[in-house]
Amino acid sequence: MFNLDKVSVAYGDESVLHDISLRIDAGEQVVLIGPSGAGKSTLLKKLYELSAERAAFIHQDYALVPQLSAFHNVYAGRLDQCGVVDNLVNLVRPRPKDVDQVEPLLAELGLADKLFEPVSELSGGQQQRVAVARAIYRGSDLVMGDEPVSAIDPHQSGTVLDLLKRRAGTLVLAMHDVQLAQGYFDRLVGLRLGRIVFDRPVEGVDEAILRDLYRPC
Amino acid sequence: MLKTSLYFLGLALACLLLADIEVTTSDPWGELGRMAKGAAGPDLAALLLFKEALLNTVVFAFCGLAGGVVGGSVLAFFFHWTPVRLFCAFLRAVHEIFWAFLFLPVVGLNPLCGVLAIGVPYAGIFAKVYAEIRQEADQRPLQALPLATDPISAFFYAVLPGLYAAIKSYTSYRFECALRSSAILGFIGLPTLGFHLETAFREGLYAEAAALLYVFYLLIASLRYWIKPRLVMLYVAVSFLLIAKDSALSWANMVRFFTYEILPWPMRRQGFAEGTYEVAFPVAEVGQWAWRILAGEGLTGLWNTVVLTQIVLVGTGLFALVAFGAISRHMTRPLVGRVGHWALIVMRTTPEYILAYVMVQLWGPSMLPAIGAIVLHNGAIMAYLTGQNADLLRLRLDAPRKRANRYFYEILPRIYGQFLAFLFYRWEVMMRESAILGILGIYTLGFFIDSAISDDKLDKAVFLILITALLNMGIDTVSQWVRRGLRLSSGKVSTLEP
Repeated sequence: MFNLDKVSVAYGDESVLHDISLRIDAGEQVVLIGPSGAGKSTLLKKLYELSAERAAFIHQDYALVPQLSAFHNVYAGRLDQCGVVDNLVNLVRPRPKDVDQVEPLLAELGLADKLFEPVSELSGGQQQRVAVARAIYRGSDLVMGDEPVSAIDPHQSGTVLDLLKRRAGTLVLAMHDVQLAQGYFDRLVGLRLGRIVFDRPVEGVDEAILRDLYRPC
Repeated sequence: MLKTSLYFLGLALACLLLADIEVTTSDPWGELGRMAKGAAGPDLAALLLFKEALLNTVVFAFCGLAGGVVGGSVLAFFFHWTPVRLFCAFLRAVHEIFWAFLFLPVVGLNPLCGVLAIGVPYAGIFAKVYAEIRQEADQRPLQALPLATDPISAFFYAVLPGLYAAIKSYTSYRFECALRSSAILGFIGLPTLGFHLETAFREGLYAEAAALLYVFYLLIASLRYWIKPRLVMLYVAVSFLLIAKDSALSWANMVRFFTYEILPWPMRRQGFAEGTYEVAFPVAEVGQWAWRILAGEGLTGLWNTVVLTQIVLVGTGLFALVAFGAISRHMTRPLVGRVGHWALIVMRTTPEYILAYVMVQLWGPSMLPAIGAIVLHNGAIMAYLTGQNADLLRLRLDAPRKRANRYFYEILPRIYGQFLAFLFYRWEVMMRESAILGILGIYTLGFFIDSAISDDKLDKAVFLILITALLNMGIDTVSQWVRRGLRLSSGKVSTLEP
């Protein structure tokens, strides 16, 4: 699915990623970890650019439309799969068949009663779950997420990650909560100062290697 | 900032020395007394006669606003394109009354003329404001959409929802302005409130005039009770139905206007004399014609317009700096604040044209009534906005108790930048008003445009209107330089109007 070979990314003069080589096969579920500023978001964006036509992306800042309801925000994940007229009709009067598809998804994320609530009325954690729902609703076999559970409490985080694992196919996430990542995923990629420090199965990620990854600069 | 302010102050004082300021009426106090008597005892019975004018005022405003919203929305999509931006600046630069002058010969004295006179400049205004609101909007939802989303769905799902509130509040504020525009169009003959106001003032029927003005205030004050989002479409539809029966658009008239009547006279002279109505292109003569107008009326009009504009710019600023203190919670007791607040609302609700008209009745035509009218109207708007800004400030608990200290040490320094930004933002508005008040006999550009129209010299009127528009666009540009030079930011555009 992805096969990066010595890719570097720079913003202006500032180089953010150096010589990244990374292979992710279809169906693999990978988590990028590492201290703030290591380049996790940049790498995710890079991967997204390579597959922008089909991938679904969970944004760190949710990127929801606060004035629209949870239903509409989730539905927006499939705007490209419906005609303009259908989309506009749905905006004014949601069609039952679309509601029937969005509702169970939001219910699974504990938002059944928020279906037609404007997103601006929801709490941070609820908004983030709407953002996750939008990405899943997109129906892509490739989902990426930048800190998809950062605002969600530990109990709910598990539900969200389980759902993502089940529905996403190929999954690439950036997470700052290492224990959560270790608990749910098989392959971890450690980034530090724009370089991949390790890329190994979760069993091979021990205390020492993590201490080294997160040591102060 | 202080240096620039003092520079403008000095310039305004110099202009004041050069300005023609005098009282030419024989008994201004007596006249004022009669007006006050009229204001105290409005002739409410007369209102029954003016039902239709009241309806027309509202109907023209609805149709004009709807036209402006549609035109402006379309133009806003192309606003990043320089020719469109200049075109919109031109639409805005010409006052509603001048547009009405231009549309009169094209469509005749019928409702369509009023609707176009409001709709055309408003389209230019909406295009600019809508485009700016869109620029300020959050781009992230748009970027989060699936890549292949069609642009229309993308606009309605990720752009419009974010803009809707700002657009709605700005547009509904503009409806108030459209009512003012609609009312004053009556002064040049359209069947709105202004028509009867003019008659009443001219004939000294002040009780009748007062009743008309009170109805207008009531109309504006009651807006929020009868303008509901769900009903607006209905109102607009009914308004268009009402004007449809009286409106006619003659294609032949339009062609004649654009391809013949507005052409410089030297181009038409020969054909006119021979009865063939052919158009020639005598370049040298056209140049002479243009030069004669420019050097004669053009220059006088420009000079007086600029002199008046500079005086009222500073006058408005000074008025607002004093008056906002009267409504700010930091400076005054709540009761006084409420009274001040209502006084400002009445001043800003009265169209500057009507204020000027009343003052001309009192003092005769000179710059004095124009200064008074523009300063009161704009000063009230500025004071209101500045007062609101000041009320957002949170003063420390041990802030100076003496009001002067509080004003100069705590409040003024904090709000002065934004205040200047507002003031310069309104610079071109005041210039447009300075030009238009020429119609009342003050020698600004409007005077000469009005005379040219009365003499049936459309070519000259159009030429002078073009000069006015260019001056306006020039001032708008200078204002942007000044604001950028002082690094003034007025915050979001959508908050620039009360």
